[in-house]
Amino acid sequence: MSRRATLAAVEIAVPVVVIAAIWFWSAGSDVYYYPPLSDVLKTFKDTWLFDRVGSDVIPSLIRLFFGYFIAVGVGVAGGIALGMSPVLRRVAAPIVEFLRAIPAPALLPFALLVLGVGNDSKIFVIAFVCLWPVLLNAVDGVAGVDPTLVDTGRVYRIPASDRLRYVVLPAAAPQIFAGMRTSLSLALILMVISEMVASSNGIGYFVLQSQRSFAIPEMWSGIILLGLLGYVFNAGFLLVERRVLAWYRGSRAGAE
Amino acid sequence: MLKVTNLRKVYGSGDTATEAVADVSFEVDKGEFVCIVGPSGAGKTTLLKTMSGLMAPTSGEVEIAGQKVSGPPEQMALVFQDYSRSLYPWMKVGDNVAFPLRRKKISKSERKDIVEHAVESVGLASSIDKYPWQLSGGMQQRVAIARGLAYQPEVLLMDEPFASVDAQTRADLEDLVLNVRHEYGVTVLFVTHDIDESVYMGDRVVILSGRPSRVKEVLEVDLPRPRDQVETKELPEFAHLRAHVYRAIKGAQDPSEAVSTDAADEPRTQRAEPGAERVAG
Repeated sequence: MSRRATLAAVEIAVPVVVIAAIWFWSAGSDVYYYPPLSDVLKTFKDTWLFDRVGSDVIPSLIRLFFGYFIAVGVGVAGGIALGMSPVLRRVAAPIVEFLRAIPAPALLPFALLVLGVGNDSKIFVIAFVCLWPVLLNAVDGVAGVDPTLVDTGRVYRIPASDRLRYVVLPAAAPQIFAGMRTSLSLALILMVISEMVASSNGIGYFVLQSQRSFAIPEMWSGIILLGLLGYVFNAGFLLVERRVLAWYRGSRAGAE
Repeated sequence: MLKVTNLRKVYGSGDTATEAVADVSFEVDKGEFVCIVGPSGAGKTTLLKTMSGLMAPTSGEVEIAGQKVSGPPEQMALVFQDYSRSLYPWMKVGDNVAFPLRRKKISKSERKDIVEHAVESVGLASSIDKYPWQLSGGMQQRVAIARGLAYQPEVLLMDEPFASVDAQTRADLEDLVLNVRHEYGVTVLFVTHDIDESVYMGDRVVILSGRPSRVKEVLEVDLPRPRDQVETKELPEFAHLRAHVYRAIKGAQDPSEAVSTDAADEPRTQRAEPGAERVAG
């Protein structure tokens, strides 16, 4: 077996072994907080396939993606503006650093007050948190674009809008993507937190509600679902990144 | 075609000001191949950047086809020294070459023909769908040359274009540039620190002094064309000319170089005087 195949086999085998171990360890469990895995999985199937998809999963995903994509949009646009202007960057730095330092859950009470208990406050908090990694990485990426790349565009009289779109953005894309990836996991965390504070649906709400009503297998099934979602998001993100930044991986491999 | 008059460029201001280009004037006629040669760090790149409109000169001016340069002129293309930072790694070879043509008012098929022809004339027809980083250094610089040619400029500026390729590739690229220059009928201004290269390539050689640069001498190169790597370089005239340039540059480097690179203000003014005399005389 080649080294690669071995690695792939191990990669699959380890989680299987871990799951099997938990299965057997918990099988005879009579500890209330650790129900047998078989019970949890059965609950998972009853709950999430597909009973509560419409009532909890979809609302959660809507909040997550709205918040996330607003953050990406604002972060990239702001990052370009700040990245291109050293003056603006300097002026904005203290404000950015301050806002970034605020632990976002602390803003939740304010958001609930102003935006209400609906989706808006949750989207706001998710977007607020996801903004900073995207913004700061975009600023760095744009400010760090090789001047020769930009000069080349100028020499050939490429209009500024085209230079931005076809030169600066692609050149900064690797860093922007790094920020977007960080933000994606933050989005999931903030989605759960915001749903735990004031909500009447959503996966976070469901987990907390299950715990409060001592429906422990349900609670665990929600936690497992969140883990799976995070895993799938990250895998999906990497897939997109691999496509969009294929040139980057190729050029890096060539340089080494 | 290209006229540079009393060009001067100072970076910064006050105590920290450094003069990169002191006073440079010369002319390039239409269809001519002029080389600018000077010691390393002589401010050649600064000179090129001001000539190409990327940077405003402190004083003096550059004219191209009778018009004063205030930004990158339409009739000018520039091939940068560092191809790996000048080609866009996210675009394929063909797209890199086509990119400057985006805003030219030509049809799609016409653009495609221009691009294909340019890529072909630098011998890269089979690599048009590859990415630059899949090519060797010499091939990448060919792509950059093709991009300059496809832009169909009247003047092609080249900034030490072969400084980072090996000797054999360099010779090939030199001959390639001499050939395509005829094919495209373009005026070339070629900056190099390589004395042999300047004599081999040019109709005339503008010899710069060390930093801050001044024109030391403009030398006519009367070698027969087409030039040949072996035959031309065998000629006694070639040896004579390169020796001449070599001495001029060595002379340019000696006293003034020591002055401009280091030392505090006081000894600098004292020592600068004999150097100044030398330049004047």
